[in-house]
Amino acid sequence: MSATSQQPLPVLAPEPDYLRAESGVWSWLGTKDHKRIALMFYVSVLLSLGLGGLFALALRTELLTPERTVMDAITYNRMFTLHGVVMVWLFLIPSIPTVFGNFVLPIMLGARDLAFPRLNLASFYLYVLGAVVTLGSLVAGGVDTGWTFYPPYANSTPLAVEPVVIGIFILGMSSIFTAINFIVTVHTLRAEGMTWMRMPLFVWAIYGTSIIMLLATPVLGLALLLVGLDHGLHLGLFDPGVGGDPVLFQHLFWFYSHPAVYIMILPAMGVISEVVPTFAQRRPSSYTLIAISTLGIAFVGFLTWGHHMFVAGMSEFDAGVFGILSMFVAIFSAIKVFTWTASLYRGSIHFNTPLLYFFGFLFLFTFGGMTGVAVATQSLDVHWHDTYFVVAHFHFIMVGGSLTAFLAAAHYWFPKMFGRMYSERMGLLSATAVFIGFNLTFLPQFLLGNAGMPRRYYSYPPEYQWLNVLSTGGAWLLGASLLVSLGHLVISLKWGEKAGPNPWHSRSFEWLTSSPPIQHNFPETPRLDYSPYDYTLSEEEAAARAAARGQEGPVPIGALETATLPSRTSPTDARLPRE
Amino acid sequence: MPLVLDEQYSSWARREHALRFGMWTFLASEILLFGGLFTLYAGYRTMYPAAFEEAIRHNTVAYGTVNTYILLTSSFTVALTVWAVRHRRARWAPWLLLATALQGMAFLVLKGFEYREHIKEGALPGPFYHWAELPTFGANRFYTLYWVATGLHALHVTAGIGVLLWMMVRAARRAYTAERHVMLEMGTLYWHLVDVVWIFLWPLLYLS
Amino acid sequence: MTGTMASHAGQMLADPAVTADGGWFNEALRRILFLPAQGTTLAADIDHLHYFVILTTMAGATLITILGGLLVFKYRRPSVDGGIQRERPAPKPPLWLEVMVISFLLGLFCLWWMIGFRQYVRIRVPPTDTMDVYVTAKQWMWKFAYPDGHHTIAKLYVPAGRPVKLIMTSRDVIHSFYVREFRVKQDVLPGRYTTLWFTAHTPGTYRILCAEYCGAGHSTMRGEVVVLSPADHTRWLSSGGEGAEPQPGRGWLPGRSGDRKTQAALQAPGLAGPSYVPPATVDEFNPREPLDPVLTGQLVAAEQGCLRCHTLDGTPHIGPTWAGLYRSVVPLAGGGTVVADEAYLTESMMDPLARLHAGYPPVMPTYFGILEPGQTAAIVELIKSLRDAHPPPAPAEPAIPIIPEGPGATGARRPSPAPSRGAETP
Repeated sequence: MSATSQQPLPVLAPEPDYLRAESGVWSWLGTKDHKRIALMFYVSVLLSLGLGGLFALALRTELLTPERTVMDAITYNRMFTLHGVVMVWLFLIPSIPTVFGNFVLPIMLGARDLAFPRLNLASFYLYVLGAVVTLGSLVAGGVDTGWTFYPPYANSTPLAVEPVVIGIFILGMSSIFTAINFIVTVHTLRAEGMTWMRMPLFVWAIYGTSIIMLLATPVLGLALLLVGLDHGLHLGLFDPGVGGDPVLFQHLFWFYSHPAVYIMILPAMGVISEVVPTFAQRRPSSYTLIAISTLGIAFVGFLTWGHHMFVAGMSEFDAGVFGILSMFVAIFSAIKVFTWTASLYRGSIHFNTPLLYFFGFLFLFTFGGMTGVAVATQSLDVHWHDTYFVVAHFHFIMVGGSLTAFLAAAHYWFPKMFGRMYSERMGLLSATAVFIGFNLTFLPQFLLGNAGMPRRYYSYPPEYQWLNVLSTGGAWLLGASLLVSLGHLVISLKWGEKAGPNPWHSRSFEWLTSSPPIQHNFPETPRLDYSPYDYTLSEEEAAARAAARGQEGPVPIGALETATLPSRTSPTDARLPRE
Repeated sequence: MPLVLDEQYSSWARREHALRFGMWTFLASEILLFGGLFTLYAGYRTMYPAAFEEAIRHNTVAYGTVNTYILLTSSFTVALTVWAVRHRRARWAPWLLLATALQGMAFLVLKGFEYREHIKEGALPGPFYHWAELPTFGANRFYTLYWVATGLHALHVTAGIGVLLWMMVRAARRAYTAERHVMLEMGTLYWHLVDVVWIFLWPLLYLS
Repeated sequence: MTGTMASHAGQMLADPAVTADGGWFNEALRRILFLPAQGTTLAADIDHLHYFVILTTMAGATLITILGGLLVFKYRRPSVDGGIQRERPAPKPPLWLEVMVISFLLGLFCLWWMIGFRQYVRIRVPPTDTMDVYVTAKQWMWKFAYPDGHHTIAKLYVPAGRPVKLIMTSRDVIHSFYVREFRVKQDVLPGRYTTLWFTAHTPGTYRILCAEYCGAGHSTMRGEVVVLSPADHTRWLSSGGEGAEPQPGRGWLPGRSGDRKTQAALQAPGLAGPSYVPPATVDEFNPREPLDPVLTGQLVAAEQGCLRCHTLDGTPHIGPTWAGLYRSVVPLAGGGTVVADEAYLTESMMDPLARLHAGYPPVMPTYFGILEPGQTAAIVELIKSLRDAHPPPAPAEPAIPIIPEGPGATGARRPSPAPSRGAETP
């Protein structure tokens, strides 16, 4: 594969790319450049993924036999708790927004950075601090409550609950800061000419995600802090022994944690919405439907939390309401699936690794999502609730959806982020292996759930064994193929072919700048007054349009640093979009 | 102090818009934080209506009401600060901010007196509760929530006082001008939030 | 009579609808989907919805992926740089198609919801003529108290063909009562009662699993429902819990049903789950001491001093009389009314002032932590037994003066009367 020879923008200044612009440790640790912060997040979330993955492999190994295989019950319980905590709060929630959102969102908007770069860096350090505190519980004896922290068990367990809930609170602050940054950036820093309906769909997805993060995270933070108080001071807010109600905690917890599912899956959908038009070389069959359904998911997702509690003792009426609302939220996801598939119709499709990941995503997400509808069907949920069926269902969404999309994004934006191409052969191979390993791991778990094996079981009735063995084998394959997948990307960092600015011939705006992007993203602020999916324009036409300035005129970077004009009354401001 | 426009903003107006908008989104998040507590309150009040009413009747309305007046007045003075800066009377700003911070402290002091009474009575949260007059689960729930909610609010008041004092120092150095004072606006918005939360806590904990 | 005969009788008793529904198609799908045997009539109905939903899911996901694959194959281009055909217009799907697809899906989902919700209500709302069993869960065991006074641990004996209602509570953390073959599950919460009901139609043993994570022993918190034919059940009752021979369970995992190990595991004496550790408090298990819960209730009520304020014969006293109290409509001091069901009665013992009976002074102390769950259940049973004793007398118009009747009447647990600020009566 050869890099394209086109130069969409005449490079005016020989400004170095962001990787080489500065050097030294402090130029990374103290950076305010959203791209560098994204890379620091990249390394951190991959470490978290590795750690959570190791926990998962240990758990699966333990489940090879119905009784003790390698660890005792308490260790097993601690391990599945940390597997959940690490994967949810240290990997899935920050993964796509903080890595790819941070990296490409400002470029897609034609901005030089996020609105609050310092807050962005603070967000990274809060993430690190939160991770350290959370994992510090390992030193303090671990925690065995499950990632759901249901009281009164979470109050009564002797282990270190406090570090974990404080760590998650700090991670929540990191999430909220990131969300504020994205929301404000989308509202205020769009390039000239970019209306809301010209934003790339990935931006819509990150925007919807940020709204959920902003509004749901504080409720979780509060609920978990109260669990911490219950555990440490025995306030008994959720302890029936002193008149508290443990089910109230479940309401507060799922008020966050159900929308959190959409925090994890919406960015994944955003990635897919970028990958499909680029490789099909046509606009999505309905931009509006995808954008609207993103907001629909963000909104209706807040009203469905009760479907996690159909057997917790809620009234039939409540259960009915939560059931029907859960059906509505599924419609929005279904709309997206149909729109992506329809976007392939009469395209000019190039098949490569990100598109293969899209196929994995399409099957896994559709199947996982439909099983979500199934478990939201009340009478069926009574049988499935808290069994491996639910475990398989959400792993289909979390791993099959989010992780697959994360890998798709890692390959799709690899040339943009590092200026090199990855090996397509290795990419296709590892993607296939990931898909097979994943299905081998989690399809048997659906059957285990149907057969009634409850989740969080250290020892299980022997008739479940052969399905568990299959699942464990799949988990090893999945782990190995993830290693291969990440390994070949690391190798390509050094030995990959050099990539041009737009190796995929995309029209989306992040491809207008060089690969890797220069420190300030664009030599001059582009004018983005066309759709990022307008494939009727040729690449040259698109680049020329972006470079053509409006009346505002080009604003060279240097000019801005001395701009101290009282611009409140400046005439240029009158034309700025104000929302 | 020369103020340099950050490179991501193409104009001062955008910077102001972004900062103000960011503050509002942050406040939305804060409101949800207290929203969780209000949900708990609603839940437990439905479970123990009689005990909650009884416990509210035991709270000293005077404390709550005086504190409400103090906070409302402080909101007025802090709003006056912005008005003064906008109307080129920046020299008033530090004094107004100081007045606001003092009112915040007065609020905390009054709250402290009230806490002392509760401690004396034994109306403490959770297992420390030993008030003989109302020995029910419901009253225990009420006072646990009371302490958590007013405690969280007091933390916010303390943070708000810190912000006010910091702004006072900045204002004394004439950092806020009629053209550039978005940071001041953000600080006052935060103080208003502290006030608004109390406006909701007051009826729930003292009035009915 | 032999066990086989008993089992035969039990199958005869089964709902005829089951045999009508349980055709080969149902059986084949059940096995393909690894579902456990259908132990109740409801289970078969739920499974039918299950087949509908899961088959649609599999078909939907597969079709959309195949469709995507076909489109990619049809409109492929040779390389990333070559053969881009930009002349092709990118058509937008017609509006009618979008509307049709979305309405179809919405209709399908709503249909599932409608069927699922109706079934859910059936699962949740017990019939009136149930046999009630009190269930207490604790880390990590199940304890069952029967209407006739038996207690059993880990094994629940029920007759086939008769609706059984479990009234469940937990002593420590949240557990969840789950029997796979009955397709029922209900969280068991500390501090409140939840109910679950089923009508098992086939004698045999069915495993009870705990489905809500409850600590180190969560996965070994197992038990068995032993469904006896009515004749066997009567014999079990009369023998005081002796001599009940549970029918061997059926292996139901496809390809494993004949497996000797599975069969052995299911038939193993004691409990399923080879790692099952007998509960530490095994001495509580004392089936030879059958006590009528009503009688127990009277003993407990006398012992705990309930009868100092409550009467059993309708006479007005400090507290409401228990005669005719059960299921009556109680006016509340804070306004409103409540039906005095098991939940209200239990709550009134645990937190008396939460919903105070109008017209009575708020003097009752809490019995939380004082009464054991079994004792609470016994008192509830006692009150239930007095349901038809007398019509409840109307609450006295003025508050009954709270004057201790004498030094003997003020027991150690008698609370000092609270100030009457909250005691204004309507």
